[in-house]
Amino acid sequence: MSNVFIALQTNEESRHIVEALLEDNPTAVVDEQPAMVKINVPGSLVLRRTTVEEKMGRPFDLQEMQVNLITLSGHVDEDEDEFRLSWND
Amino acid sequence: MQIDLRTVSIKPLRNTFDHLVRRFGDKPASRYQEGSYDIQADANLQYRPTWDPEHELHDPGRTAIVMADWYAFKDPRQYYYGAYTLARARQQESAESSFEFVESRGLLAQMDEATRALALAVLMPLRHAAWGANMNNTGMCADGYGTLITQPCMYHAMDNLGVAQYLTRLGLLLGDVTTLDAGREAWLNDVRWQPLRRLVEKTLVTQDWFELFVAQNFVLDGLLYPLIYEQFVDKHLNAHGGAGVSMLTAFMGEWHGETRRWIDSVIKIAAAESDANKALLTEWTRQWRGAAVEALSPIAQQALGDTAADVLATVDQSFNDRAAKLGLTL
Amino acid sequence: MDMQVKKKLGLKEKYALMTRNLGWEPSYEKREDVYPLLDYEGIKIHDWDKWEDPFRLTMDSYWKYQAEKERKLYAIIDAFNQNNGHLNVTDARYINAMKIFLSAVPSLEYNAHRGFARLGRHMGGVGPQVACQMQAIDEIRHCQTQIHSISNYNRFYNGIHDWKYMNDRLWYLSVPKSFFEDACSCGPFEFIIAIGFSFEYVLTNLVFVPFVSGAAYNGDMGTMTFGFSAQSDEARHMTLGLEVIKFMLEQDPANLPIVQKWIDKWTWRGVRLLTIVAMMMDYMLPKRVMSWKEAWEIYFEQNGMSLFKDLARYGIKVPDCVEQIKKEKDHLSHQAWTTFYAAAPMTNFHTWIPSDDELDWLSSKYPDTFDKYYRPRFEFFREQAEKGERFVNPNLPQLCQVCQIPMLFTEPDDPTQIAYRQVEHAGEKYHFCSDHCQHIFEHEPEKYVEAWLPVHQILQGNCFAKGDDPTAPDFNPIASVMKWWHLENGKDNGDFAGSEDEKNFAQWRGMATSNT
Repeated sequence: MSNVFIALQTNEESRHIVEALLEDNPTAVVDEQPAMVKINVPGSLVLRRTTVEEKMGRPFDLQEMQVNLITLSGHVDEDEDEFRLSWND
Repeated sequence: MQIDLRTVSIKPLRNTFDHLVRRFGDKPASRYQEGSYDIQADANLQYRPTWDPEHELHDPGRTAIVMADWYAFKDPRQYYYGAYTLARARQQESAESSFEFVESRGLLAQMDEATRALALAVLMPLRHAAWGANMNNTGMCADGYGTLITQPCMYHAMDNLGVAQYLTRLGLLLGDVTTLDAGREAWLNDVRWQPLRRLVEKTLVTQDWFELFVAQNFVLDGLLYPLIYEQFVDKHLNAHGGAGVSMLTAFMGEWHGETRRWIDSVIKIAAAESDANKALLTEWTRQWRGAAVEALSPIAQQALGDTAADVLATVDQSFNDRAAKLGLTL
Repeated sequence: MDMQVKKKLGLKEKYALMTRNLGWEPSYEKREDVYPLLDYEGIKIHDWDKWEDPFRLTMDSYWKYQAEKERKLYAIIDAFNQNNGHLNVTDARYINAMKIFLSAVPSLEYNAHRGFARLGRHMGGVGPQVACQMQAIDEIRHCQTQIHSISNYNRFYNGIHDWKYMNDRLWYLSVPKSFFEDACSCGPFEFIIAIGFSFEYVLTNLVFVPFVSGAAYNGDMGTMTFGFSAQSDEARHMTLGLEVIKFMLEQDPANLPIVQKWIDKWTWRGVRLLTIVAMMMDYMLPKRVMSWKEAWEIYFEQNGMSLFKDLARYGIKVPDCVEQIKKEKDHLSHQAWTTFYAAAPMTNFHTWIPSDDELDWLSSKYPDTFDKYYRPRFEFFREQAEKGERFVNPNLPQLCQVCQIPMLFTEPDDPTQIAYRQVEHAGEKYHFCSDHCQHIFEHEPEKYVEAWLPVHQILQGNCFAKGDDPTAPDFNPIASVMKWWHLENGKDNGDFAGSEDEKNFAQWRGMATSNT
């Protein structure tokens, strides 16, 4: 199974997003690089708005992630509540 | 070791890039200048485009307008991407609070049913006209020559899309999805809207991108925005309890005022370049103005009833004054 | 106003109303006149409504989030410049990587901007049009933020004072220039495969992620910020590239062979273009995060191959060139750096021989090839330099007709033999660096015979400085060409050791660390 991934700039907001990702994706693997953090997950990944909000303690629009996003890999499917990445292989 | 480099005072070797020194002299350049002047490739282009083998990839020959220097078209707003986005983000924020204010105070409820229906009947089909404007400005960015004029066309295109989306939000707030459907139906089939749609479709097949600039940005929107947003929304609807609508379209009025400065400067600079340019611009403006006034008149009629002819004549007159100030003799 | 409760619209429904619902089928003009570019490449699209929007940003959110990114970016650039951040980079050799970046990349971004504007106008449905338009406006952002970030280096260091002028003329810059002008001269569907899919999805991660992370590691906060900030837009662009390819393949089975041909061509074109990035990563970052080979394995072999595995269900095959690419990853950066080292008088950046510990690092990262083929070469260069006989290639190199890179690549199975291919077309001989470039030529000879090859142009006398007389007895052709390039001999080019850059950096840094 191929990995999907998402990479974020290392900062306060991303820290919460990463925490949420790790909670929602138990098979996630964190790869820390200078100034960035990359999360690899086999097959597919989900980021839930509610989980991020819980970590941040404030309302969060999933599109806000654009500000801290560096790159990703996989098919994107987003709605108000979830941001998903997946491969169909 | 982190060293404190702030304390070091060193003299730079040069102020800016050579191509800017050649244009403006040896002094520091602005971000607008660095990000815009001479940025498009203009020498040793490699392959003929398969979609237009008559021309080079970037070619000044895609319009009949002739300029000695296509970098004469300085944008008076000096928009590069950062400056543009920050300006629109501020406007977006104020539009956002207008939408919230109107919604939370129930301002739209002050309108009677007839006024609400009229507002929607006039504004909803314009979503599609704004999409036409978006396609045209995107096309001008693709076909134009020199970053100084192609860059603002792209920003303008995104603004046109923004206008279409604000109108969509307005429709959803004042009505629902069927409201949008009704506007679309009018755009496609209502006889009053067919002249405008015919005109917009004609712009979509207009080949000369500078003519298209004249047709879309200078003439059509130069008549449509004053007619619709100043005369119909801000005056007519406002007088009939439609202040809420006026708040929701504040972006359009402000935007038209701002972008007009840029559009005027383009026309003025091109006209001042040569008599041949001036004659072309005059001819294009005359033709498209005639067609646009005709296309807008049934819409003015629908929007303003008895006063339509007078209002449209006033709008037309002030457009002609504007054109005259820019050096055109219509 | 009636009081019935309105149905709350979901993101997808709302976005559809904000975009595709705006379009209409023209009836006063013919559809093929409004969208004249859709048919000539042979791609068949039956239903544009089947398009799935990848990201769903409306303009208000776009302005809001992009402005936030811009605010952050320019705050960092300003702070970096005000604090003389350039003196905080690990060592001044690093700045030469930024010179290449500015010389090559903003012009690519600019052409992407104009190319996507064309697609934003000419794609056949509002969904893909809007996505292409957003990419068009993002790309001018990248072009400008790169210029703005690197501008301060130009004030203190040599080589990039006339980057835009050089981009249209200097020999090695015809490689990126011809790549993008090739893509922009294609029809809309091939363009989006070339740039949106092959370049953005398969390849740009290699430029913007490990290299930029390397910039951060070397103390260049300005570059780190524009790089990551740009790549966040790329995430949207890559998603668009992927969506387009799925869409084309789902619309008609007859599209498959056309798309496959484009993928094969543009994967190879892109890989060749990245040769220079390989060299920047392995040789030009004083502190290294990972080798080119490692980055390649993560972003191309793992990630790129996941993509091909995913597309296998449509019948897409991994391009043939991947076999050769696999063999080249152990060689590419070394071959490129030795070529540039030998051409140092003709470049707008400085080169050097790696230090001993850098050579050791390269040996450890490339255990199968470095000690065997390349280390001896650098040691030879060093001996020559120490004897005062700095090695320079005295000849103008033969360029590949397609990728325009000098013939520096070796045969895939024999690293001691320079690869060289030749084809005759219409009575003329054309030369290639590889089978894959040759095949690209053979598919479209009429396009590639038009190439503006710098070396040919020099030999034909088209690149001499204005006013110079080639028939004069004291005419120096190389000096004249350098003048035409606006290359300042002795400042912009040659060795880093002994350069004005080296001297200034040491002096300025000295001022910061001592009280004199």
